Amino acid sequence: MALPDTAAIRTMVQKHKRYDHMFAILGLLCLMVGLLTLLALLVDMGMRGIPRIDWGFFTEFPSRRAANAGILSAWVGSALVMLVTAAAAIPVGIAAGVYLEEYARKNWFTDIIEINISNLAGVPSIVYGLLALGLFVYQFNLGQSILSAGLTLALLILPVIIVATREAIRSIPGQIREGAYALGATKWQAVHDHILPYSTSGILTGVIIGMARAIGETAPIITIGALTFIAFLPPVPGTGEPPAGMFDWLFSPFTVMPIQMFNWTSRPEEAFQVNAAAAGFVLVFMTLAMNGLAIWIRYRLRKNLKW
Amino acid sequence: MLAVVTSARLAKRRSRHIKELLIEMLLLGAAMVAVLTTLGIVYVLFSESWVFFQHVPLKDFLFDTQWTPLFDDAHFGIMVLLSGTLTSSVVALLVAIPLGTIIAIYLSEFATPRLREVCKPILEMLSGVPTIVYGYFALLFVSPILQWLFPSMSGFSLLSAGLVMGIMIVPYVASLSEDAMRAVPMALREGAYAMGSTRFQTAVKVVFPSAFSGVAAAYILGISRAVGETMILAVAAGMQPNLTFNPMEPAATITAYIVQVALGDLPHGSIGYQTIFAAGLTLFLVTLSFNILGYFLRKRYREAY
Amino acid sequence: MVTNMPNAALQTAPTSTIKADIRNFNFFYGDFQALKNVNMSIEEGRVTALIGPSGCGKSTFLRCFNRMHDLYPGNRYEGEIVFHPDNTNLLAADVDPIEVRMRVGMVFQKPNPFPKSIFENVAYGLRVRGESKRSVLEEKVEQALNNAALWNEAKDRLHEPAYNLSGGQQQRLWAKDRLHEPAYNLSGGQQQRLCIARCLATDPEMILFDEPTSALDPIATASIEELIDTLRGKVTILIVTHSMQQAARVSDFTAYMYLGEMIEYGKTDDIFVKPRDKRTEDYITGKFG
Repeated sequence: MALPDTAAIRTMVQKHKRYDHMFAILGLLCLMVGLLTLLALLVDMGMRGIPRIDWGFFTEFPSRRAANAGILSAWVGSALVMLVTAAAAIPVGIAAGVYLEEYARKNWFTDIIEINISNLAGVPSIVYGLLALGLFVYQFNLGQSILSAGLTLALLILPVIIVATREAIRSIPGQIREGAYALGATKWQAVHDHILPYSTSGILTGVIIGMARAIGETAPIITIGALTFIAFLPPVPGTGEPPAGMFDWLFSPFTVMPIQMFNWTSRPEEAFQVNAAAAGFVLVFMTLAMNGLAIWIRYRLRKNLKW
Repeated sequence: MLAVVTSARLAKRRSRHIKELLIEMLLLGAAMVAVLTTLGIVYVLFSESWVFFQHVPLKDFLFDTQWTPLFDDAHFGIMVLLSGTLTSSVVALLVAIPLGTIIAIYLSEFATPRLREVCKPILEMLSGVPTIVYGYFALLFVSPILQWLFPSMSGFSLLSAGLVMGIMIVPYVASLSEDAMRAVPMALREGAYAMGSTRFQTAVKVVFPSAFSGVAAAYILGISRAVGETMILAVAAGMQPNLTFNPMEPAATITAYIVQVALGDLPHGSIGYQTIFAAGLTLFLVTLSFNILGYFLRKRYREAY
Repeated sequence: MVTNMPNAALQTAPTSTIKADIRNFNFFYGDFQALKNVNMSIEEGRVTALIGPSGCGKSTFLRCFNRMHDLYPGNRYEGEIVFHPDNTNLLAADVDPIEVRMRVGMVFQKPNPFPKSIFENVAYGLRVRGESKRSVLEEKVEQALNNAALWNEAKDRLHEPAYNLSGGQQQRLWAKDRLHEPAYNLSGGQQQRLCIARCLATDPEMILFDEPTSALDPIATASIEELIDTLRGKVTILIVTHSMQQAARVSDFTAYMYLGEMIEYGKTDDIFVKPRDKRTEDYITGKFG
């Protein structure tokens, strides 16, 4: 057994540790790149856009004169579309998640469903737009309307909600489930009274993240044919002659926030770019706030396991 | 008396049973929506493309070097749009894969738990920024900088869009790769450290290779996102179909073309209308192939510890 | 109360030398003191066993020798482990743990080969030490695998994934360094010998064995014990074992630990036949454990 050359070992280790430190610095730099980009984005849009944001910005329609243009039709349109999306995606997504976790047996049929869900998560959003154009707008004759847009976005965020529901349900300990069954509950009773209530926070996180994604989606909505210059509002939901008139708003033409921003960004005039920055700032603020909320709920959930 | 009670109980049980069955059917229906969606996509894309290919031979579609579907002398070479998609994706991946991987290794092997808890949410929020905002950023912030560096560049370019797209994809690559690396058991790391490795050596020679399947899946997801991205390219790369692999030039991608057509006013059923479905079908098949590749990679190389 | 034998009283050949001196050694996990005032010596080229009931601190003590505790926050060493002949305190703040690990190797309880080929597993330590010449690597790998009694089984399958080691199983030829499949039908004994070969390739001064056979069947256990026997005289070995019988079979010296203290230490024969401390006797005769 050779006598160790401790001096040689020491120099070799020093050399290796130098690479170690260099990589650590590189890692931090890369993190900085991501962070700085986000900051540059926010600061640039903020500086250009915030001065433009006033009460009028939210209450004016878009106009050919940039100074008078506002996002009224855009944010109202976004809100109405989100309403449809939520009404469609949330029940279906949760139901699908519950089925897959509690009812589905391990067979090829379930495999097909699961493969489809994971595949759909990777389909580009514009393909959803094409689906909507061919199917909803023309085949089903729903027209280029809020209903089509809402349904399209619902399909888009469905995988997000399904995955969040499944993970929330999976994290419930087996004992609670067994306790419910041991008392004679049927499957649905166990789900309805125990499993769903306990997984609410996790599901909520997924819903918020899904909706944040839906608000920012542009491509599918453009494809359906949302117009970029709308100077009127859809009818208020619920007004109009009952019963059919109450749903007039669903079939109204419309626009949404991201499209309005897209429209303004594409105009060369400086004044419209300021508008775009302002709209963008509002949009980013909303999505970051929603994502931040979801992350906070998830954080609280992790630290707060009551069982 | 007992018989009455028992039969009443049985009756209740049967109606409860029916109710349970109905509920299960309802939930199954919800789960089937995913399958129906896929079927719907396939149906719409194939049926409209079928009509398209009655007018345009497949050979022309694949090999023509011009894309001018709305001109009188119409050409339908998908290669033109594919070149834009390919070039912008390559630029994006040249940014996203190195950055994402380095961040993942750093967070997994070097960073303290506290730093990790702060950085992961920030990365998640970065991925939640709407793509139209990134598009704005590319056109009005990055392009001017590029023009200052390379005065001959125009305001629209694949480079500007590609760079911003890359930054957008970094959180996906980093997050998934980091998850894969954290799943490597501590026993393997201890084995490496016990042999006198530094953190860097352990990370690169032992942890990263062990997590390869998960990391590869992350890369594939990044490729898929880059190929399918629309708004950044629609805003910042210009909408001029241009068969080029030079990122400094403006060009149209498949996705940007579809947007351009949708913004215009094409009558339903016209050849122009059908081109977007043919282009969309191409896009769908490309991303589907990547998704399938990712699925099999994960399955084949899955390490069970 | 600690009983131990002063170095001078060791009845061994006059050329025996001490490899490591442990002096006034304490170890803390945060606020909890896991090791209390340990004093002993480890003789060079011999096998020293650490025995004691669960939780007595023997694994904790073992992992101090290669500074494994440095990988986790909140741990603290007090006292010295002095390595000879250079008189370095392995625990000193100015001694880099990596340097220590270059001199002291470790074999773990559950075999943990890297997801690499057999060749690359054994060559890993050499590569980390800067060796890259193919001919040197091949020679040392063969030597190490020979010393671990694995060469004959492995020489035709050097470039297969380490996880495929076993007799008559599916053999798939993969290029070196490519990733591979999980360790299904793998012989644990062969994997463990691979891990030992991995250690031996780097010529360490000391090898730490942390219950190396507790995850193995009796036949594999016997082969590992045989291997340790052949290493006597070439390497200093410190082995933690749950089995007193194994300690009796394999070691020259034995140390009995209880609740973080070194109760008694001496030649194996003496400890097992006429222990000096009552607590040692109780453990050895099975009154508790």
